[in-house]
Amino acid sequence: MIHPALPYAVAAALIGIGTYGILARRNAVLVLIGVELVLGGAGLLLVTAGALGGDRWSSGNVLTLFVITIAAAEVVLALAVIVAVFRARGHIDITAPADPGANGGGS
Amino acid sequence: MTSLDIAFLATGAITVAAALLAVTTRHLVHSALWLVLALGGLAGCYLVLGAELVALVQVLVYVGAVVVLVIFAMMLTRAPIGPSPDHSTSRLHRLLAAVLGAGVTALLLAVLLPLGGEAVARTPVSTNGIAEDIFGTWVWPFEALSLLLLIALIGAFAVSRLTRPAGEVRR
Repeated sequence: MIHPALPYAVAAALIGIGTYGILARRNAVLVLIGVELVLGGAGLLLVTAGALGGDRWSSGNVLTLFVITIAAAEVVLALAVIVAVFRARGHIDITAPADPGANGGGS
Repeated sequence: MTSLDIAFLATGAITVAAALLAVTTRHLVHSALWLVLALGGLAGCYLVLGAELVALVQVLVYVGAVVVLVIFAMMLTRAPIGPSPDHSTSRLHRLLAAVLGAGVTALLLAVLLPLGGEAVARTPVSTNGIAEDIFGTWVWPFEALSLLLLIALIGAFAVSRLTRPAGEVRR
């Protein structure tokens, strides 16, 4: 027996913390960490929905596995883009001005 | 308060605390290490909820692969070791972000908490059942997912190859 309110609260907290991480960080890799936390909260909601019953094709578990896979693909592409931006601009500060010639002399 | 509740409280508290530290710490590398703890705690939550396979995949893929990739990216972008205040935005910006994050949490809680009233028995999900469903009902999404992974791989290669000439010209 388990109270479903607890997993719901943890998932909501994770999504809120992830949103804060996405908005408050300047380093692009740290923004990605916020995205991972939001995806983790979504997965926890799916698993909770699956564990509460009425789940005909074990969709809660299967969709969480799919979300984990998609997150892995997303991380690979995002990190490739971040490394490419670092090569082109010399930094990965996402609040910096967009002009690559103005402040790209870091490397 | 059942025993599963207490177990979930423990894992959930670890997860939320580690997630908070991951988004607030001034050390870039510590952020990735707190992310390990948060995702490991999330795997513990999955275990308490009775989804053993998902917990194992979470540990393998997230803790084993994604975090290693993140640390590699920090290495390649020459992350500074030690505290540095310039990873976070200004104080006002952070305050607004905290308000927005709290708003998102409050919205989700307002929607979800009325749904979780009384204690319910968790439905056991066997790994055999998940396997039959993945390769039965979900077989086409599964195949599309393998295609997505291939495209992500090729895309990552393409991004890193396409940007090399521009960097060489600039130097």
